[in-house]
Amino acid sequence: MEKVVFDKPKCMTERPLHYCPGCSHGIVHRIVGELIDEMDLRDKTVGVAPVGCGVFAYWYFDFDFTQAPHGRAPAVATGIKRPNPDLFVFTYQGDGDLAAIGTAEIVHAANRSENITVIFINNAIYGMTGGQMAPTTLVGQKTTTSPYGRDPETMGKPIRVCEMLSTLEGTTYAERVHVGDPKGVIATKKALKKAFEVQVNKKGFSIVEILSTCPTNWGMTAVDSLGWMKENMIPYFPIGVYKDNTKEGEDAKNG
Amino acid sequence: MTEKVMMKGNEAIGEAAILAGCLTYFGYPITPQSELPAYLARRLLKMEDGIFLQAESEIAAINMVYGAAGTGKRVMTSSSSPGISLKTEGISYIASSQLPCVIVNIVRGGPGLGNIAPAQSDYFQATKGGGHGDYRLIVLAPASVQEMADFTQLGFDLADEYRNPVMVMGDGALGQMMEPVVLKKPEPKKYNHDWATTGAKGRGQNLICSIYLDPEEMEKYVHEIYAKYSVIEEKEVRYEKYLCDDADYLIVSYGITSRIVRTSIDLAREKGIKVGLLRPITVWPFPTKVISELADQVKKVMAIELSMGQMVEDVRLAVNGKKPVEFFGRTAGVLPSCNEVLSVIEKLV
Repeated sequence: MEKVVFDKPKCMTERPLHYCPGCSHGIVHRIVGELIDEMDLRDKTVGVAPVGCGVFAYWYFDFDFTQAPHGRAPAVATGIKRPNPDLFVFTYQGDGDLAAIGTAEIVHAANRSENITVIFINNAIYGMTGGQMAPTTLVGQKTTTSPYGRDPETMGKPIRVCEMLSTLEGTTYAERVHVGDPKGVIATKKALKKAFEVQVNKKGFSIVEILSTCPTNWGMTAVDSLGWMKENMIPYFPIGVYKDNTKEGEDAKNG
Repeated sequence: MTEKVMMKGNEAIGEAAILAGCLTYFGYPITPQSELPAYLARRLLKMEDGIFLQAESEIAAINMVYGAAGTGKRVMTSSSSPGISLKTEGISYIASSQLPCVIVNIVRGGPGLGNIAPAQSDYFQATKGGGHGDYRLIVLAPASVQEMADFTQLGFDLADEYRNPVMVMGDGALGQMMEPVVLKKPEPKKYNHDWATTGAKGRGQNLICSIYLDPEEMEKYVHEIYAKYSVIEEKEVRYEKYLCDDADYLIVSYGITSRIVRTSIDLAREKGIKVGLLRPITVWPFPTKVISELADQVKKVMAIELSMGQMVEDVRLAVNGKKPVEFFGRTAGVLPSCNEVLSVIEKLV
């Protein structure tokens, strides 16, 4: 007798992903889909898609979506959630969207402890526009707009978003994970589940930063990009829980 | 409520919005509209379903409006000239996504930081787009505190009817001055919200977006929106005529300026000058047809506005060379006196 052991999440569509081979978006999309199914959230979810490679995220999910202007997803999500507190609202944002043009919106949404969940894809580069320097681009990393490597003297150093947001009283939950290997993928699902639960339990603002790959714009193979991410990004962006205010009286555990 | 109360224009907008069922407001402080968010904060924060949020920026505020409008809730934001400039990207998204909302602009002197005195120099921004791409706002131009209230309520209905953002464009004087106003509770109308992002229970995905990578597909979509604009141009043009029947000269003037012009016309009539006023109430859609008809009757047409000459371009398009079109304006926050306008009318003759 045949038994199905692996299938597409019910809330995901049949549409083939437009992402490049080796890109992490597909993995993260699937985790989101699995959790929406498992937590029975599909009927009350509104996703907020960014500007960036994730702009078409709504193609792959069979629930409501709004596509936000560049960087404004946390403001759009605030507008959706405030008059509709029973909806489940998440944003899906890249590093240029969240940590450059959208810095004000993410900081203030966190500070107000908006009861939304932010899924933050950090791959240290702008993908859709063709490999420009991101606020999270590593020192020395070559991009089309830092062709000789990121020079911290003139370009500053990469922004650590979880660390920054964890200083705000309003941030309820902040965790950084990676999807560079199966263990990381499993940990990512656990982190997102926790973040989703924070919102479902009306505990306020939650963010999961996911270290991801962009083999196309990093100029390497999919396999090499996994190694590069773990060797170069994790040392600068340590994995761990940066804020957990879900249990009163318990100090935030640092990674 | 049918009794007259004394209110500032900014506050009248706030109460009128609540009476029209708008319980959600997002804004950012800027003079000379600050009484409006202050009024709504006092009222909405005491209401169970009331949402008042002071955003971190004008940009965030308009994007909160975008999110809330997408769920089918009546929602409003307000600002003044430099703040509206910041909102224009979001306004373009809202127009392109065909969402209803009301945006109040209490126009002040500019360009740049300018000043906080009354002006009408945001006419181009309001009526010709302001933001990027092909889109239109329905723009209502009140001339009294009563109309600030009435047009806010009309604005919500037009926004819902056409799924298009509506701008109520006042100025620093109308926002700040107190006048008697009767605040009405309009009969709620039913609008179809089956497009809204309310959670996909029992249906497929609803999507709010404005991206069409295929130019042919995007062009088709823009044509659909413009078909809607054609209906608006056909059905929603609003204006007021004053002493136009026997007029030899026609003044076109809107908002606060039209009130000065009206008095100047009375003074001119006392001197035997047959001059009339056409006051656009919708500056988009513009009352092109009636101005064209009046142009056949009069000897000259003149636009009077608080700018270096913005609405006058639409007047010229309406008159289309049939008669001379002249212009008088004060700008950057300066209001002309009735006698100043009278002398302008006398020179016209």
